[in-house]
Amino acid sequence: MTALLYLLPISLVLGGVGLFAFFWTIKADQYDDAKGNAMRILSDEYDDHPKED
Amino acid sequence: MTVASCPACVAIPEERIAKIAADQGRKLAFAMPDVHCAGCIGTVEKGAMGLDGVKSARLNLTLKRLYVDADPELSEQIIDQLASVGHVALPLDSDTLQSGSDPAGRKLLLRLGVAFFAMMNVMLLSISVWAGAEGETRNFLHWISAFIALPTVAFAAVPFFTSGWAALRHAKLNMDVPISLAILLATALSLFETWVGGAEAYFDAALSLTFFLLLGRYLNHRTRMAARSAALELAALEVKTALLKGAETKAVPIADLKQGDIVLVQPGMAVPVDGTVVSGTSDLNKSLLTGETLPEAVAPGASVYSGTLNLTGPLEIEITGDTNDTVLRQITELVSLAEAAKSRYTGLAERAAAIYAPVVHLVAFAGFVGWYLATGDIRHSLNIAVAVLIITCPCALGLAVPAVMTATVSRLFQAGVLVKDGTAIERLAEVQAVVFDKTGTLTKGEAELELQTDRDRLSLAAGLAAASAHPLSKAVVLAARERGVQPAEVSGISEVAGKGIAGVLKGQPIRLGRAEWLGTEAETGRGVQSWLQLGDAPAVPLFFTDPPRSDAAQTVADLKNTGLPVSMLSGDRAEVAEPLAKKLGIATVAASVLPEAKLRIIEAQGDKTLMVGDGLNDAAAMSGAFVSIAPASAIDATRATADLILLGNNLTEIPRAIRLARQARARVLENFSIAAIYNLVAIPLALLGYASPLAAAIAMSSSSILVSLNALRLLRSKT
Repeated sequence: MTALLYLLPISLVLGGVGLFAFFWTIKADQYDDAKGNAMRILSDEYDDHPKED
Repeated sequence: MTVASCPACVAIPEERIAKIAADQGRKLAFAMPDVHCAGCIGTVEKGAMGLDGVKSARLNLTLKRLYVDADPELSEQIIDQLASVGHVALPLDSDTLQSGSDPAGRKLLLRLGVAFFAMMNVMLLSISVWAGAEGETRNFLHWISAFIALPTVAFAAVPFFTSGWAALRHAKLNMDVPISLAILLATALSLFETWVGGAEAYFDAALSLTFFLLLGRYLNHRTRMAARSAALELAALEVKTALLKGAETKAVPIADLKQGDIVLVQPGMAVPVDGTVVSGTSDLNKSLLTGETLPEAVAPGASVYSGTLNLTGPLEIEITGDTNDTVLRQITELVSLAEAAKSRYTGLAERAAAIYAPVVHLVAFAGFVGWYLATGDIRHSLNIAVAVLIITCPCALGLAVPAVMTATVSRLFQAGVLVKDGTAIERLAEVQAVVFDKTGTLTKGEAELELQTDRDRLSLAAGLAAASAHPLSKAVVLAARERGVQPAEVSGISEVAGKGIAGVLKGQPIRLGRAEWLGTEAETGRGVQSWLQLGDAPAVPLFFTDPPRSDAAQTVADLKNTGLPVSMLSGDRAEVAEPLAKKLGIATVAASVLPEAKLRIIEAQGDKTLMVGDGLNDAAAMSGAFVSIAPASAIDATRATADLILLGNNLTEIPRAIRLARQARARVLENFSIAAIYNLVAIPLALLGYASPLAAAIAMSSSSILVSLNALRLLRSKT
């Protein structure tokens, strides 16, 4: 049962990370335009260019 | 400035505040009705960004709205620019629109996320307990559960507590009272059990109850917000400025006008305010106010009302402000009277909750008393009562009804029907009769030249009419083009506002206009007409009709097939209304009815009536009707009273909406039966003490999921 002592905190922390990621998505307006976001991934334009060599 | 020690520290925030304020003032919004794909997003955003002075442009595809960060003066240029890349943009009044964000929805979403996280973790721990953890380990797991559950309940379940408490304070019971009681009792009891090292804790049940009901609440909120923002957008599309006359004539917001101001109304513009004409003559289209298709001539001294359309000449109007006898005032009074007389509709969920809440409390209380008398064990009796409260979770009410309604509302929205009122769908499902307004609803509300008009006459008239913006002139020109008639070559054309048009054809004077102007008398019984006179010859008439919308006949037939009697009410004269009704297959017609009479007729009908109308004269009847629909082209006040709005002005959506509403109602009732059967099985088990906390939580969750899936079937059904 000692495994629980590691596993429980680990699972809680991982869950907590997920929860905070969710908070961040809400704060960053990511649910305001679900349809548009689904379409934007098809666009060839970059919002943010990756570094060009 | 006293804080001089570090000027930079002071200066930066102030600059920032100023910048933020400036930015907010510069957000422009445009409605983009035709965007639909990834390509459109790129074209529109790049198109707008291509202009100098545009800082950013972001298209929201869900709302079909473009937000641009630029100077308001660039508005026109942006619209032109977007038109050049092939997209229609309509400016939206950002004051009416308010901000696009939805803080209440965000908060609900936060609570939902927290509840979900806590529910999943505690559920996991419960499974370990259920799988055979004992003694110290079980206690340890319970403590961790408590550690997660307590803050979660304190944060996520707040909406239930506040609503339940508000009901209790007014000595009422609503659905949130048993919900709050179940959550609080379950948490408190579980905490006690954990404290004393007992075997059973209900944390998982309390949390899943919170999660599923929050989900229902969030869906409900989303539906309402979507409708609200669409309604706001309709209002924001309207231009809220008037041309104020002064040293220099300029556009000012209508809200800034005051009594005594003089506004200029150009031909083709809507009259912005109630007032008196001080100079100019013209014709006004009053069909939105009265349902009358014939334009009315106005001259200095005449009263004019907002909502009418100026047709021929420029008018200067003095704002008279609050006079007691305006049409609008009368209608507003009628509307409030009709609304007061109408009994408030209680939704299915509300009716079910009225039975449900007391029953649940009684059963839980009876369980507690019964077990206490039988065993004398308070702790066990309380456990039984909590199990009953949890297992009877009102998911069929709290989640299944919002789920069905959300599915229905989004289906309708895709079809171009906006649902403004929460109970409108339920009411639509119960409709027993349909009443239509004529002008602008069943008809286009525009004049069209009669088909059997003589071609020579049409040619002459078209020659004159080409120079005028009067709707009858436009109808003549359109008819000539459609029928392949070459307009005559008329020179020296001048328009006499409120009277007609004059010109010269091969040395002979030619005139087209009102019968009285040409010295003859209008033919009675033939509706809208215009007269034509060449030289000294006697004047000859041209007749106009108001043609029905192309989908009107089909809609009426469709409604009749659904088993609903259709009738028509019109403010127009019988000789215009009756032939049209016959053509569309409507048997019952009332013509020349005033707004008050319309309301009387609706009230006298007794059946659950659906009223469809667009004019101000329909507003009272619509608010008195069981449920009402307005096309998007309707006047402001009428749209405000309507329960549903046809965004696409497409009448055939009405029978479809009724069918969909009936399906939704059937689905809600189905969900109630599922919930009832589930409760019939589960309550006795809980009362007898066979429901373990985990079993209760799982049973409740699965019934919630079942009713939601049943609701989602609506998204795929055919109508």
